[in-house]
Order: sequence, then C-alpha cells, then structure tokens
Amino acid sequence: MNSETKPKGSARRQFLADTARMACGVGLLGLGVGLYARNATALPPAALRPPGALPEAEFSAACIRCGMCVRDCPFDMLMLAKPEDPMATGTPYFVARQAPCEMCEHIPCVKACPTSALDHSLTDITKARMGLAVLVDQETCLNYLGLRCDICYRVCPLLDKAITLDPQTNTRTGTHTLFIPVVHSNACTGCGLCEKACPTEIAAIKVFPLYMARGQLSAHYRLGWVEKEKAGGSLVTPDVEHQYHMPEGMKYEYGKGLSVVPPGEAAPGAVPPVPTFKALQGDKL
Amino acid sequence: MTEVKMTRRDFIKTNAVAAAAATAGMSVPGVALAQARGGDGVRWDKGVCRYCGTGCGVLVGTKEGKIVATQGDPDCPVNSGLNCVKGYFLAKIQYGQDRLTRPLLRMKDGKFDKNGEFTPISWDQAFDIMAEKVKATMKNPDQGPFGVSMFGSGQWTIWEGYAANKLMKAGFRSNSIDPNARHCMASAVFAFIRTFGADEPMGVYDDIEHADAFALWGSNMAEMHPILWSRITNRRLTAKHVKIHVLSTFGHRSCELADNELIFNPQSDLAIANYICNYIIQTGAVNKDFVAKNVTFHKGVTDIGYGLRPNHPLEQAAGNNGYPGADGKPKGNPNAFSPTTYDEFAKFVSEYTLDKAHQISGVPKDKLEALAKIYADPKIKVMSTWTMGMNQHTRGTWINNMLYNIHLLVGKISEPGNSPFSLTGQPSACGTAREVGTFAHRLPADMVIMNPAHREAAEKIWKVPAGTISDRIGYHAVQQSRMLKDGKIGFYWTSTTNNMQAGPNVNQEIYPGWRNPKAFVVVSDVYPTVSAMSADLILPCAMWMEKEGAFGNAERRGQFWRQQVKAPGECRSDLWQYIEFSKRFKTDEVWPAELLDKNPQYKGKTLYEVLYANGQVNMFPKEEAAKVNAHAWAGYTNEETEAFGYYVQKGLFEEYRRFGTGKAKDLGEFDHYHRVRGLRWPVVNGKETLWRYREGYDPYVKAGEGIKFYGNPDGKARIFALPYQDPPEKPDNEYNLWLCTGRVLEHWHSGSMTRRVPELYKSFPDAVIWIHPKDAEKRGIKRNDIVKVATRRGEIELRAETKGRNKMPEGLVFVPFFDEHRLVNKLILDATCPISKETDYKKNACKVWKA
Repeated sequence: MNSETKPKGSARRQFLADTARMACGVGLLGLGVGLYARNATALPPAALRPPGALPEAEFSAACIRCGMCVRDCPFDMLMLAKPEDPMATGTPYFVARQAPCEMCEHIPCVKACPTSALDHSLTDITKARMGLAVLVDQETCLNYLGLRCDICYRVCPLLDKAITLDPQTNTRTGTHTLFIPVVHSNACTGCGLCEKACPTEIAAIKVFPLYMARGQLSAHYRLGWVEKEKAGGSLVTPDVEHQYHMPEGMKYEYGKGLSVVPPGEAAPGAVPPVPTFKALQGDKL
Repeated sequence: MTEVKMTRRDFIKTNAVAAAAATAGMSVPGVALAQARGGDGVRWDKGVCRYCGTGCGVLVGTKEGKIVATQGDPDCPVNSGLNCVKGYFLAKIQYGQDRLTRPLLRMKDGKFDKNGEFTPISWDQAFDIMAEKVKATMKNPDQGPFGVSMFGSGQWTIWEGYAANKLMKAGFRSNSIDPNARHCMASAVFAFIRTFGADEPMGVYDDIEHADAFALWGSNMAEMHPILWSRITNRRLTAKHVKIHVLSTFGHRSCELADNELIFNPQSDLAIANYICNYIIQTGAVNKDFVAKNVTFHKGVTDIGYGLRPNHPLEQAAGNNGYPGADGKPKGNPNAFSPTTYDEFAKFVSEYTLDKAHQISGVPKDKLEALAKIYADPKIKVMSTWTMGMNQHTRGTWINNMLYNIHLLVGKISEPGNSPFSLTGQPSACGTAREVGTFAHRLPADMVIMNPAHREAAEKIWKVPAGTISDRIGYHAVQQSRMLKDGKIGFYWTSTTNNMQAGPNVNQEIYPGWRNPKAFVVVSDVYPTVSAMSADLILPCAMWMEKEGAFGNAERRGQFWRQQVKAPGECRSDLWQYIEFSKRFKTDEVWPAELLDKNPQYKGKTLYEVLYANGQVNMFPKEEAAKVNAHAWAGYTNEETEAFGYYVQKGLFEEYRRFGTGKAKDLGEFDHYHRVRGLRWPVVNGKETLWRYREGYDPYVKAGEGIKFYGNPDGKARIFALPYQDPPEKPDNEYNLWLCTGRVLEHWHSGSMTRRVPELYKSFPDAVIWIHPKDAEKRGIKRNDIVKVATRRGEIELRAETKGRNKMPEGLVFVPFFDEHRLVNKLILDATCPISKETDYKKNACKVWKA
C-alpha cells in the first residue's frame, strides 16, 4: 500500500554489503562462533519470518542465506539479519511495526526460495502463519476505552475473520458501544498490518512469533460444543423428549426455558389430550 | 508497567475527587472546574471536535501556550467523553510541520506574477493587492460586483461565516458567496425547504435511543459518524427487537450490523422510495388522520437536466433546467411544482410495484418488502439517516423529498424515535453554512435574497440602505469554477476548504479557472493544500483553538469555545481577515452613486464603519470578554477583541441572533453558550427544543394543534410525486464500471489535517481502489497491483484492493478522496442536482486496467 517505502534494490545492496562484511569477518569466526550458534536457534520477539517459513530450528538449517526472498518482495519489507542482530546472520525477517507483510496473493518470496526453507506447498497466503497478533494491552487500546478507532480491524487483510469486533455495551455512558477487537488464531496470518497501523504511541496490538503467542489447551479436556459439531451431533444418544407439568398458556422448551405460548400455537411438549374411544352401542346407528 | 498503571489510576481517582468536590461548590457545572485540576500545570477548557457534524464535545488541555492534550468531554451528552480515532489526535492537528505562517504571493522580479513563485509578503502588501484586484474586478464590465466571489466553509466558525456573508452581500453587493457545504448537503437543504418550508432536522440524537428500527439510506455511519454509530449499535444490542436496514451501492462496515442489507444499483434509491410509498398505500398503512391534517400533495416538474454547462447536449434537451433557451428566457424552473391530490399521488406511485422496484434496483424482493414493512407497521418507530449517498446525487433534492414522503404518509415524524434525520459531514455545516445563510441565494435564518421582504429585513438589521442587497442569486460552487474559467470572476477568495481536491472535474474546470490570467485567487488556509498551491496569494490562518469559535452540529446544537492558544507566526483568523480587509474600501468605491445619493449619510465611510463599527457589532467593550467568561477564565480575552478594541464575537453573534428571534430560529444568548455544552435551537426563554413541530416539545406549536409544520404558510408538509430517472452517465462498453467516491474513518475529507498526524497517515497512507475480485481477475489485476482508473475526464494511478473493509459488488469500484497524491476528483463529472446544485460524486462511468 505504501508506495513511498525504500527504493527497490536497496535490500539487495544491503545484502551484498553484509555478505562482503561477513566474508571479511571469517577470520574472526572463531571469536564469534559461540554467539552465532546461540543466535541460530531463537528468534527475538519482534522478528517475524516470511510466509511459509519452516519452524525456527528447521528454517535456520534449511535457509542458505541467499537473499532471493528479499529480492523478490515487491514491498521491500523483508530484511536480512546482520551479524550484530540477535538471530542467524543472513536469514530473512521482518519487523511488523516497521514494515509488515502485505500478503501478496502470488507469494513471490516463497516462489523465490531455492531450498524450501520457505515451504513451497504454501500457495494460499491466507494459510501463512508468520506469527499471531495479540491485543497485548487492553488498557491502552482505544476501542477498549470506548473510542472509535478499530484501525487494526479495518486494516486486517482478513477482516471479519482474523479480527472481529465484539460489540459490548459501554456501561459508563449507557448509550454507546465498546467494539472489542478479537483476534482469531485460526485465521490470523501474523502479517503485522495491525501492529503497523495501531495509532497509539506504542502499539496495543502486537504480532509475536507463534512460539511466543500461541497458547494450547490441555489434551485432558475437550470443548463439548466443538466436539458435537465435529461429530455432526451429540456424541452420546440424545435424550428422549422431556415433558413437564405446565400451567395453561405457558411452555417450557429444553435448553430454552420458560415462555408464554403465543396465541394459536399449541405448547410443544405439552401432554396431548388423551383420545377417548367410546365403543358404539346399540344395534344400529 | 506497574508504575504507569499506578499513575493512571491515581490520575483518575484525583480527577473524580476533584470533580465531585467542585460540583458541590459550583453553580455552573463542568466548565470552570476543569481549569486548575491535576496539578500538572495543564489548564483545561471546553471545546468541540474540529471534524465532522456529530459535534463531539472535547476538553482541551494547554500548557505554556500549546495544546498538550485533549479528552472527550464526559459531560457532553453527544459523546459522553468518547471520540473516534481522529478526535483522539486532535491535539496534533494544529502542529503539522508545514504550517503556513506568512502571507505568500506569487512573484517574479519583485512584483505579482501569475506564473511567479510564492514569496513572503506582509499582511499590508497582501491586502493592497487584494483591494486592487477587487476594485478592478468591480469596474470590469465582464465581471462587476458578482465577479468578486468567495468560497467558504461549513468549518467556518459561526461569526466568521456571518462576517464574510455581510462583507460580500452588504459590503461588495455580491451574492457570489457559497460554502463548500454545497458539495455536501445542499440537497438536504433544498428538500427541507421544499417539504417543510424550514431547514434542518426536526429530531435530535436522542431519537436513537427511542427507535425500533433504523434505515441508513446511503450512509456509512460506522466509518463516517463513528460515535453516533456506537449509539445505534448499543440500541441494537440492548433492545433485541431493534432491526437495522442498510441501503448502499456496496457493502461496507455499517452492513456488518445490518439485519437487512440492501445493495442497490446506483440511482435506483428513487425507485425504492416510490415502491415503499406504494406498499404503504396498497397495504392500507397510510396514517389517514395525520395525512389529512398535516400534509398536502404536489407534483414536481421533471425533465430538469443535470446541472451541466448549458451547451451540454443533455442540457440542450432539458425543458425545465432554468437555463436560457433559444429566446433567451429561462427554460422553466427545476424547483417548480404544482398541487395534486392524494389519489393522484397514489396513482403516480402505483407503477412502482415490488417487481419494478426489484427490476430497477437489483435488490431481492424479500429485502425490499422487509424494508417497506418497518415503515408501514404503525408499531415500529423508524429513524432514517443519510449523508452523501442521498445528497451527492443528480436527483438529490428529489430523493430527500421522497424519503420525507414515506415518513409523512405514515405520520412517523417529529416524535421520539420517529425521525428522518439528515446527518452532516462538517462541524458547522448547520451552524454556519445553513443557519448563517452563506449560500449564494440565502440570508440568515432561512431567508432568501430573492424575497424583497427578506432583503429588507436583513438590510434593517445590518443598518445598510434599502436596495443594498442584490436580488440576483450569486454563483454557486460549481458555477464559480465555470465562471473563473470563463473569465467572469476576477477576484476569488476561498477559506477553510480545499476545492482543488474536493470539487468536481478538477482538470477540466477548476484548475484552468484558477490559473486563468483574468482571475486573482486568494486561499486562506493553515496548510499548503493542493488549493493553496494553486492560488495566487496564500493567507496564513489561525485555526480551531487559536481563535474563539462556535460550531452548530447536525442536531441543531450550537457549541462555543474560548481561544486557548495563540496562532503561530503571522497567522490571523478569518474573522480578523474579513474585518481588517473591509477597512480598505470606501462606500464610494464599491457602491453605485444612486444608492449613495439616496443615502448620503453613508458617503465617505469605510465598509468597516458601515458593517462592523456600526454601533451593534462594536457595542460590547473589550472588558466584556473577561466578564462573560469570568466563570471559566480570569481576565480572558482573544486576538480579535484586542485587535479591534471590542468583544467582536459577542457583537457579531448578538446582531446575528436578531434574524431568527421570534421566527422559530431562536438562538440562545451569547453568554449562555459559553456556560453550557451547547444548546439546541429554537432556544426560547432559555429553553432548548428537542422535537420540532410537535405540541409540548416545540414552543411554536400552540396547545391543541398537535402537529404543525409552521415553516409552510398553511402549516402543512408537502409530499411530492417524483419519478425514477437515469443518471447522466452510466457504464458502457468502454467505461464499463461505476465509480463511487467517498471517505474512510481514518481521514477527514481532503486529509489536510489528518494526513499531517503521523499515526493517522500511517494507518491509511494512500488511497486505494476497491474492486470486486472477479472484476479484478477479468482485468488481470491482483490485490495490491498498481492500476489505472480513468473516466472521460482523466485518470489516476493507485493500488487495487479486493479485500478489506469495503465489499464491492461486480461492476462498481470505490475510491476515497482524502489523498492529495491521487486526486480522484479529476475523474468526476461536474453534474449536479439541478435544484440543489450539489455534485454527484457517486456515479461516474470508469475503466480500470493494470498499470
């Protein structure tokens, strides 16, 4: 979206410079190797990998630091880690607050990767998982305060999927609504557009690498309503129909509770009047 | 983290205690209390948000002569302390790095040159050349007094608009003054006058909490009126029976809350409105008592053209556009109408069946019926809201009339929850542009220059001779551009607006007009906008809290503020500019001899003496400023009071107030406004009016009258029989898409303020074109590709967006107009509603291709 970012090619030049510097630094390798090894395994919280990046350890192993993904990014938002950066030197990353991933439909960075460090099976950018947006500070989020910002929501390329607004009454004013931004981890790609656009001094919503951001439910507990939907119905035999003692004009529905029977409607679950069969008598009708 | 939290909590606690203590001790709530609280040296005073017509109250915090913070005013009933994200950044709007601080004239070799470069000059020099150009224009037989022309703003403070109106209409005797509100809600104005004989809504924002159903007719309130939308959403959430219907030509954020989303073909709102009337009649839902007592029926003329230049084939063919015909006489009058009957009206709308409405609009029948039902059901209270979708429309006056038709047929009007409510986009579109009457045909308080009695009344209040005000309608906004291009305007002064970005057909009409050597163009502004950069002379202005001001919002609420800080450099308020400039003219130079011969006492006087030092405007001495505001600010004064030696704002307002007093346009007293969070007019005996035209609520409706639409002489509102008609331009084989333009939440109008707030700029830096994925695919366009979009007027380049906040139907694209690097208004045809003269920015034929 921003056409006034750094001129095309600057990243490439940066890479070449870095590589040259690295070559010169080989002599110092012995000195730096310990540091290098440590950096290769962990990713700092503000650094995100390009779309389709393998899990960090595998990625660091597979990435040959060729810079092709950086070259082919039409938005020039990818950078290559420099030796002083706290991660594997020469590997690609981006910082959401500075320049997020614009989520190109044709994913040129992945196509450019010669080693599958960026997974070539990623053909739908909405399936990318570069990180996860987290609304880290509710107290400084303008929407939590009742203001009408919702910039993170509108800027989200998967709006209404990755971020939704959950309207809640503003109990302080009594007449307004709090539009609470909710991030959905099943849709958020971690592109970082929300963090970039957040207008507060320090972003209230941030994108973290998945290992930091993602929680996990314990295996010993399942969500009943999810399991039921997955199974297409109750996991155990449904109840037979419930019936209740009810005063006239009222009905009680399972799961819904008590209500007044609208005129002209028979109360469901009410005991139908028992038909009476009267034997015909006599010798003719 | 912990530390910050503690501070914040402490701060809230301190404030609560302070507020409670102060409330106990003070007779005037709120205002004065904020001053010395907090102990951080920040002085707080009340103000109004600078942006839209909602009119959110804000508190402004200043320290060492600078605004250091703002907050939503928790005591303002409009917003209860809330703001949208633009309002959140109000503290930054005055402090953009490229603020204009000196008058700048295009010069070459030490002299003015139309092709020169901007060179700093003094105010004296600026007024010298302006006065020279005004006088030359008046003497030029091709130009004359109306060649002295002004383009103002719905962002003018009330007294700025009033002082400008007076300078133009009574001083220069030119009615060629028009506000940018012409582009924004002129259609609403003309329909109010046609239907009710009086401008502005009958209801108030409180309607929101009483309505059972909402219908948005061409309004994306979720983005353009964020705080009001928050109220509507809350109503929908807390009352389960409430339903929301959204009519639009594309899906947007307001549709997310809609129970019924009606995406209609552009222009077909006309057919939908007539269908609803027909449904109401066919189902026997007409409120017969109401209609018999309060409504008359009329048929409007058709064949009214499209407000294009008279030589356009469509205008040559039109029979009722009011333009000169072959015989030189006007061809009819687009605003004309004649009485008809209920039966005739019923017959007229009977052809707008469900089938026909569906066929024209493309909206599924069940959705159309669901909408019709909320109006027809007597148990459902309906609030209809609209903005640019209805107003920026070549049949804008009609569609406004037609929506009133619906409300009037069922009597759902002028009571809590039943409310056709025209929203405004500028902070004082109502308060200044409309109420002060800064249009080319208006005077204050709904009076018009065509009416001799109105001119006489104005001349009396203004203490100028009979016959001073011309009876000819001046040049309206679009016509001003054409007259500039045609050399008929010699002096053009715009303020607080950015027409080079916001006006239509920039490259074919506006820009050539401004660059015409026969015209001298002055732009008063605070930042170097596209307009400023196209001008001959730039005057640096004081803005918002750098001057004492007053705005009037969409619910008839006037709100005042005191000057909080000094403007930088040589910036001066528009008010100072108009009054000071008037000193440069003697009546003998600008008024005809016969007028002065009849009124010799005016001979030899300056316009300043006639218009401002007239014993009224200058009647409150300098000390009055401190007296009026003593409750809030010891020793208060302001720039203009110091410059002219009297409390200018009070003098102007008190004179202005005379226009409406006793005419159902009563404003409160000047001092009263400085002590309250706004007053909703008519203010009679210090009491505000909430629902107009209804007995009990409106002091102008007598006991026993029930409802009275007293704007019309018979006390009745008018229903109009008006048809569906095609727009002037539709997609064809070459230009095969509809182009609609509009706004986004993050930026306000042409972005001159919001694009200078880094955080807002970053959140939406450049305009994009929203296009349906299939339309994009057909053209080989992928999301984020750079594309070109062109109409018959020009082309621009920008990125394509197939996702996000707006969901385009196939065949329609949307571009916001905030981005000065992508001037979408180069593409817009200058076709207007022939009645209101408001441009249709929503319906142009365009083509899009990959760049």
